[in-house]
Order: sequence, then C-alpha cells, then structure tokens
Amino acid sequence: MRLLLRNGRVLDPASGVDDTLDVLIEDGRIARLEAKIPARGAEVADLAGLVVCPGFLDMHVHLREPGQEWKETIATGTRAAAAGGFTGVACMPNTVPVNDSRSVTESILRTAARDAVVAVYPVGCVSKGQAGEELAEMADMFEAGARAFSDDGQPVASGLLLRKALEYSRLFDVPILDHCEDSGLVAGGVVHEGDVSTRMGLRGWPGVAEDVVVQRDVLLAEYTAGRLHVAHLSTGRSADIVRRAKKAGIRVTCEATPHHLALTDEAVSGFDTNAKMNPPLRPESDRRALLKALQDGTVDAIATDHAPHHADEKNVEFSRAPFGIVGLETAVSVCLDRLVHGGTIGLPRLVELFTSGPARILGLAKGTLAPGADADVTVLDPNRRVTVDPARFRSKSANTPFAGWSLRGAPVMTLVAGRIVHDGR
Amino acid sequence: MKLRSPHLLGIEFLEPEEITAILDAAETFAEISTREIKKVPTLRGKTVVNFFVEPSTRTRSSFELAEKRLSADSLNFSTSTSSLVKGETLLDTARNLEAMAPDFIVIRHSEPGAPHFLARHCRSSVINAGDGAHEHPTQALLDAFTMRRRGRRFPGLRVAIVGDILHSRVARSNVLLLTRMGADVTVCGPPTLLPRGIERLGCRATHRMEEAIEGADVVMMLRVQLERMRAGFFPTLREYARLFGLDGARLRLAAPDALVMHPGPINRGVEIMGDVADGAASVILEQVTNGVAVRMAVLYLLAGGAERETAA
Ligand SMILES: [Zn+2]
Ligand SMILES: [Zn+2]
Repeated sequence: MRLLLRNGRVLDPASGVDDTLDVLIEDGRIARLEAKIPARGAEVADLAGLVVCPGFLDMHVHLREPGQEWKETIATGTRAAAAGGFTGVACMPNTVPVNDSRSVTESILRTAARDAVVAVYPVGCVSKGQAGEELAEMADMFEAGARAFSDDGQPVASGLLLRKALEYSRLFDVPILDHCEDSGLVAGGVVHEGDVSTRMGLRGWPGVAEDVVVQRDVLLAEYTAGRLHVAHLSTGRSADIVRRAKKAGIRVTCEATPHHLALTDEAVSGFDTNAKMNPPLRPESDRRALLKALQDGTVDAIATDHAPHHADEKNVEFSRAPFGIVGLETAVSVCLDRLVHGGTIGLPRLVELFTSGPARILGLAKGTLAPGADADVTVLDPNRRVTVDPARFRSKSANTPFAGWSLRGAPVMTLVAGRIVHDGR
Repeated sequence: MKLRSPHLLGIEFLEPEEITAILDAAETFAEISTREIKKVPTLRGKTVVNFFVEPSTRTRSSFELAEKRLSADSLNFSTSTSSLVKGETLLDTARNLEAMAPDFIVIRHSEPGAPHFLARHCRSSVINAGDGAHEHPTQALLDAFTMRRRGRRFPGLRVAIVGDILHSRVARSNVLLLTRMGADVTVCGPPTLLPRGIERLGCRATHRMEEAIEGADVVMMLRVQLERMRAGFFPTLREYARLFGLDGARLRLAAPDALVMHPGPINRGVEIMGDVADGAASVILEQVTNGVAVRMAVLYLLAGGAERETAA
C-alpha cells in the first residue's frame, strides 16, 4: 500500500521542514520526503495549495465510553476527531466506571482497536475510584497503555496525594495532568467571578481558585522532581506561574483550550449553557494573557477538553447544566481563524502546539513527518471558509458555543498510519 | 405606549421611556385600587399562571391580587403541587404550562435565567417575579413608583441600598433601574457581600454604612438571611446588625425627609430596628400597596396596553 501526497506545503516544525514537497507513504510509515517523487504505481493525492502536517494530537478529550454512551462513544468521538483533523486523542479517565485499573484501560484499548478510527491514548486515574484518597495502580495501567495520569473532572485536592503521584509517576516518567481548582474557593461557582457573574446574579468561579492550585502544584513538582502538566490553563496569573516555573527548570508543561483562547465570559450572556465549562470562560484580560503565553512558549499544547453532553442535559437552568463543551470538530478552524489569521501566532507555531507539543508531553513517538515515522498526517486548507454547523457533527453531542461561526481555515484530510480516515477535500 | 418585548425578564431590557410608561400606568391602577369596586375588565378572558418554584407568599399574593383586579383567570402552580420535586425538568414543566396556553406566566425561581429559559420555550408572555440573585424587575418598579408617588424625582436622587448585595436580585434590579433613570445610587454591605465589579453597573460601593447613608434621599434596606451567616459571609447577626443595621442615629445622617424602604419581610432588630421600620420615614407598607398597582400596570402593558383596550 503506497500513497503519494503531492505538491503540498509540508510543515513539520519538529524536523524544521517547511517546503513544497511530495510525501511518499509506504506500509503506514513516511518513506520519503522530497521534491518531485515519481508515483511508480502509488495512489496519488494532489494537495497543491494545502498544508501537510504531522497528525494533530488532542491530549484532553472525554470520550465518555464506558458508561455514558448517550453522550459519546469511542466510535463517534474518534470519528469527530478524524473529521476535526486529529489523528490521536488522549481520553480522560472519568468514565463509568472510572479508568483506575489495568482492566478498564485494557477494555478501553480493546474497544478502540475495534471501533476507533484514530489512535486512542488512555489517561489513567491518579487515585483509586478517582476518590482523591489512595494512589491507583499506575504501573499496571502504564503497562496496559496509559500514557498519563489525571483525576480530571476534579482536581487532585490533597497536596499529599499529589506529592505521592508526582513521586510515584517518576517510575515511568509520565506526567500528572491536574485540573487545577480549589473547590472550596470555587464554592459552587458556575461562571467566572467578575462583571458578568455580578450582572447575571450567577455564582462566581474566581480565577484565583485556579491560581492557588497551579502554584501549589508547581511547588510540589519542584520538590518531588515529578512531571506536572496543568490542564486547561485559563488565567493570566496561572500562565505567569507556569512561565516562572519553566524558567526555574521545574518540570511543568501546560495546555490551553481553543475556547479559552477565542471566547470571554461575555459568551454566557443570555444564559447560554453551551458556554458553560470548567474552568469557566474568563475576561478579555485573561484571554490576552493566554495569547501571550502561546506566543512566548509558556503553553506547550492546545487541547480541546472535548466534553460532550446530551442536548437534554444542557437544556436546563444555567446553574443546573453540566460543565463542558465539545471541541474536536471546531478546534482547528477556530485556531486557524482566531490565532493564525488573527495574527497571534504563525502557522508553524500552531502546528507545533497541536503536534510535537502534546507528543512530547505524552512521550509519544508522534508529531513529526520525518522518514520512518508513523504516517499520521493532518492536511489543512488555511483559507477554506467554513460555517460551524452542529447538526453535521460526527460527535454524538452538539454542545458548542461556536454554532454558526464563520471561520477561515479548516482541516481537510486526516490520515492515520497511512490510511485516509477523513477526506473533506 | 407599548413595551418592545412581550416579556418582562428584567430591568436590563427596559428603556427609560418604558419604565416611565409603566409607572404612569401604575398611577391609573393605583387610583382604581382606591375605588369601592376595585376591578376592571382589562384582562377578561386572559389566563395567567403563577409559577412559583421558590416560596414567596408576598410576591405571589401581590400578583394574584393584580390579576384578579384586572379580571384575569389565574392559576397557581407552585413547587409543592408541581412535579419539579419529582425530577421533572424545567423544560418539561414549560411544555406542560404551554399546553394550558396561558397568556402570561409569572415565574419565581431560585435559578438565575429561569424566566429567560421559559421565554425561549413558551409562547406566553413571561414575567420575572424573581430569579435567584439576578433580577426582580417588578420589585424595582414598585420601589421606583413608591419614590415617585412620594414626590421624589429620579435625576440626582441619592439612594443608598444597604445589605446583602451579593445575593440580592432586588439590589441588582434597583441599581439598574435607578441609575438608568438618573439617580445617584450607592450600595453598601460587608466586603464579603458586595459582588466584584458592582460599580460597573453604574453605582458606587462602600463598606461604611455612614458614608452610604449620609445625605441620602432614600435608604433601602435589604433582608439578611441567617443562612449567609452559616455560609461564613459574616460572623453573627449581632455583629451584622451593629455594623449594617439601620437605627435612628444612623437615619439622622440621611436627608431630613429621607424615605426608608425595605422589600420585606423585615428582620426587626437585624437590618432594621423596629422604631425605624414603624417610624415616620418608613414607606415599607406603601411599597406593598403599590406593588399591586405596578403589577397591574405591567400585565396591562404587556397585554398590549391601550391598543388592546380599544380593540376590546
Ligand atoms: Zn478539567
Ligand atoms: Zn477535562
């Protein structure tokens, strides 16, 4: 099986390539990368005018299977990923049951082997039952294929437990992904505490409730020499803390979501539950600080925190609606439009944030098109105009704040191990 | 005058002219309420559902009386009798209400935005009778009406609102309404009970009661709830009363003819001392009386006002 991708702009920040090249794929791997490769019987895809990138990775996705299949399944979630330009997703462990043991990790990977169209990297729980008390069997889960540990959905509330997790995970050099939230300070908050919460009479979720935990986590990462990854960074202050920690040589990385980069808390005006997520949308000052953190390298990855919920679950009073929005099928267009065309970062930096950035955090031999690498490829049309239409999502859920947005730039083709899993050219 | 929206979801969406129109109409209805026969046929054949998911005898009674005096058919649909307690969603309830085809739904709910939700899912006119800590537009309208009837004019009027601003829909709606009408509003409470950025609604904020009251033309006291003490917003009711209770000495700092207002029910000896609540400056009971006229005005104008009347 040979496939030749012709005439595209090959953009692989990991190996410093940015040139019009042909890419020859053989047996699921990148075979050659040269100007003008003769077809010699290979299937040819002409990608003139398009950008050929390493496969995009989304390191923060809730696939909801097992246990909440009415929201999403591994089959539908990975199809949404493929359509959104992703070749691999890391799935969070807050399923039912939670992924806190080898058997659940294995069962997720078995289902993925059968149903998934992109790579699935399970994230195991930090604590047994995700109860925040005792360490889960990390070694077992790591051997079964878990590539990071997290109690996402909740923070690792106990400093003692986080300390142990950061220490114990050094056995396999994987990161602890923390959802940084001091639940006491959040005190039932549902939107950012500020002008909007004041105006709407909604309970506020103050930015400082994230910052104090990010600071605590960084100090523990320094003390333990463990690897900390801050999930869905949402405030300028947290970005400052991570920036300083990195300068000090502490092993910390972080991700930002497209929604925190593109939206502010004004999006909840009108009580739109599709703009309700955790952490909440922040004011413009925080959004600008996150953009700066993208530019200066503080942020390592863009991740969606894809959190599908059924329409009935979201169609309730604002305070009662569950937190979370879907993101897989809008992330790349939102980022191309707002970040690249918006002038915040260049395309190479965006590609890095979606490829080598997350690959390095998860320790995956992915995120590059160097010869010999797995032929996971994302093809972008940076100028295609798209309108977000949730009715056409592959995801089972449509809870997006971007419905109706007209965006410039889109993923148009996705290949996993040399196989075309999405072709929207 | 016709209101632009078929709903009254909050003061947020009202223009100053609409506020004035409601207050003007309320004058007429206040006059009707002094007649021997206090009933007019304005809403004959119209159905109003009073949907109260949070208990409130006062507001509900006031709406009920307003509806009866306008000859509407009204129906109370409250928590104890509804199936919300059995886990029915607000959407299901909205559909059930919709099936009864009411012309109006008056909703009181503990969640901010619940009336807006109902308005999106029902064809009826929705009136917000209080949604969580968000808005309570008819209360702000009746407060304004009470000030106006007492001869106060809004431009430059100095109003102090004192108490639990954070959790108060009355405070929010009043700040919006009064600042929109040109009044000079100061909110006051302990720092734990002043929401961040409240000044951006157009008012001043202070933690010192004396500063808030000094020279005020209107002193509006808010009810403080025991559960806020339990949640740690202030140490004890005693200390709260000492710092933020309205007594005679503090009232003397206000303008000589200042009005004392309270949305009720009052906690005597906590946010307001008995002698002040019963004193000459107090218009607390007038607020209750005026509530009926203002709610009649709102129903009347939402039903189409004069246009409908001539058609009938
Ligand atoms: Zn999270
Ligand atoms: Zn998450």
